[in-house]
Amino acid sequence: MIAETGLFCLILAFCAALAQGVIPLWGAARGDRAWMRLAPRAALLQAFFVALAFGALALCYAQGDFSVLNVARNSHSAKPLLYKITGVWGNHEGSMLLWVLILALYGAGVALWGGRMPLAFRARTLSVQAIISCGFLLFILLTSNPFLRLVPAPADGAGMNPLLQDPGLALHPPFLYLGSVGYSIVFSLAAAALIEGRAGPEWARRARPYALAAWVCLTIGIALGSLWAYYTLGWGGWWYWDPAENASFMPWLLGTALLHALIVMEKRGSLQGLTLFLAVGCFSLSMLGTFLIRSGVLVSVHSFATDPARGVFILLLLALTTGGALLLYALRAPRLGEGKGIAPFSRGGGIVLNNLVLCCAAASVLLGTLYPLAIEALGPGKISVGPPYFNAFFLPMMAALAAALPLGAALPWTGGGLPVVFGKRLWALALAALTGIGVFTLSPPQGFAAFKAACGMALAVWILLGALAARPLRNPGMVLAHLGLAVLIAGATAAETWPVERLQLQRPGESVTVGPWRVTLQKVDEKAEGPNYAAVRGHFTAERGGRKVELAPERRLYIAPERGVSRVALVPEISGMLYAVLGEGDARKGYVTRLFWHPLQGWIFGGALICALGGLVALLRRGQGVR
Amino acid sequence: MTRRVFFLPLGIFMALLAVLALRLFLVERGAAPELVPSVLIGRPAPPLDLPLLAGGTLTNADLNGRVTLVNFFASWCEPCHGEHPLLMELKKSGLRMTGIVYKDKPAAARKWLKEWGDPYQALALDGDGRAGIDFGVSGVPESYLIDKDGIVRFKQTGPLTMDVLRQRLLPLVAELRK
Repeated sequence: MIAETGLFCLILAFCAALAQGVIPLWGAARGDRAWMRLAPRAALLQAFFVALAFGALALCYAQGDFSVLNVARNSHSAKPLLYKITGVWGNHEGSMLLWVLILALYGAGVALWGGRMPLAFRARTLSVQAIISCGFLLFILLTSNPFLRLVPAPADGAGMNPLLQDPGLALHPPFLYLGSVGYSIVFSLAAAALIEGRAGPEWARRARPYALAAWVCLTIGIALGSLWAYYTLGWGGWWYWDPAENASFMPWLLGTALLHALIVMEKRGSLQGLTLFLAVGCFSLSMLGTFLIRSGVLVSVHSFATDPARGVFILLLLALTTGGALLLYALRAPRLGEGKGIAPFSRGGGIVLNNLVLCCAAASVLLGTLYPLAIEALGPGKISVGPPYFNAFFLPMMAALAAALPLGAALPWTGGGLPVVFGKRLWALALAALTGIGVFTLSPPQGFAAFKAACGMALAVWILLGALAARPLRNPGMVLAHLGLAVLIAGATAAETWPVERLQLQRPGESVTVGPWRVTLQKVDEKAEGPNYAAVRGHFTAERGGRKVELAPERRLYIAPERGVSRVALVPEISGMLYAVLGEGDARKGYVTRLFWHPLQGWIFGGALICALGGLVALLRRGQGVR
Repeated sequence: MTRRVFFLPLGIFMALLAVLALRLFLVERGAAPELVPSVLIGRPAPPLDLPLLAGGTLTNADLNGRVTLVNFFASWCEPCHGEHPLLMELKKSGLRMTGIVYKDKPAAARKWLKEWGDPYQALALDGDGRAGIDFGVSGVPESYLIDKDGIVRFKQTGPLTMDVLRQRLLPLVAELRK
């Protein structure tokens, strides 16, 4: 009964979205105020029904209703309640429902807090948002119904991939979707502006909170995903340039550019063309990512059970929404006007440069992700594009951007101040250069690796000092975000340049030195138990300068699905991360153990979170305007 | 000139769409995600010597005489779940199906089949993936259609879909049965 109610709610939501997508848009064209006023109500109604449908599916999961096919395939009665709930979005159908829920929630946000927008503008925005909702609701109803029944119902479910049974991954998809799907509302705002052929500083003021909220969530989502990959996949990497990672990273790059462009637009009334293009681009890349992951055209660790029929549907949606928006853009953008000119060496000029680099970076990631696919579609060849490509393109671009950042952020809006700013920051540059020279001479791996490390560390110091020198209290959001970037660069540089790895056969009682730690295997418990798994648990103690910490990595065998998973143990510290993996073995011959020391590893995730915090501060202070 | 610049994003997007649509079309035509053409097509199936779960061994002689679908699967494999209902339908058509349990425990596979239904006439175990290497399996599920004389006629990388079944596999089976 609950499942049927859920499906019914989904159909009602579709009806509400249809009304919301057609009537207010028409009303805005005819100037009918009553029709336009329908938009916020329909948006709230749609969000209500989608939330009910989502709640229904969550309830099916919580109760373990295995007569629902989706629950039977992805859940199991022995699973802890937390993972029963997070199982809702651990599969294709459920995650699409989450996607639509977030789409509707952002629409409801405009309905609730967009009261100060002009009536017609709000009506158009909500209509465009509803048209996207209609497409995705139809997609769920026609190709991915999560409420399908299974007759006869099995006694128990098939269980969920154990790798996904993890607190980090419980939160990763909601944040990721809050971010990438959140850009839908920015897209709708841009489409409404393009329909009206008007976009001034007030448009930027309206769009900025949504762009900031989406950006903060996307940043957190990507950081959580990276952290999850770091400690679950068991080989200590934190970024793989996997197609699915790229799919969320491309909207992030454009979204970062968008945030900066919005500042210029609000402050100076210029860059309308670029800003609207970025606003359309962010969500388009999010949809492209959805298509890549769910259609089966790419094979990735993130692939859901794929079905080409779904791919056709999403591709059509992408063609209609993005194609439509870009056509509108081509026709209307030239009319938006130029706004005030931007002096080359001004804050605005710096931001334009920043945006060009970020767009190029996004384009290079897009090219790297699609290139193998294009080659295979067009010819008989089969190639793969891996981290070397991405590192070769992406890192130099980012390094150039990072080098220019402290200067650009300190330039006056009016321009012409480069020599002055350069003079003011000379001390920071000198300190950064000293850091670089110090790292280059002291770094254990010499040569090019030391050079790269020196560049990374110098850039981190340069950005850090630049951010701190820029009167932190005046613009705390920006300063925090740039500080976060500095922390992230330092962490990534250290963890990639000076990792220590020890792989050995270790008998209980034997010790190994890894980095600053001395790690002793105390004993191995062969019969450890968890709620839905049996485990072999290693008990290690790690000593460092008189301090003692315990670690307990595990090899787990889950009951359903029956599958072995290695669970690493971590000692997170500011100076670095100790990482322990327990492998096969026995007490007599010893166990295969793998120990890593990643210096400053935590700074990578911490830096990303500081960036997100900066965005949040900017969001909360937006009442005081852009500075 | 400046006006035309604004059509540039649309143009690039259309080109991108065309590539994606072409790729999707290829995938749907059964060219499969990896688009790996099998070198086995038109050649005899690699030598088989696998333990049967019911006892005894599976050899190439067991495949002769009738058209057989050899399906590599595992209980831990999510896409195999998706493919499974189609195999149950295929069973009704009378096609002989041999399941090869790929890198999985016999008990887990048995339990899985008991729970969801068993479409296979014979079930062999490839615990270490040796046969998978001979066949060129890049991931489960993968299916090979082998004719009466033991020649591989068709390969599906990834799960079978309704369209592949209707448009390629079933017509081919009907033709090979003549």
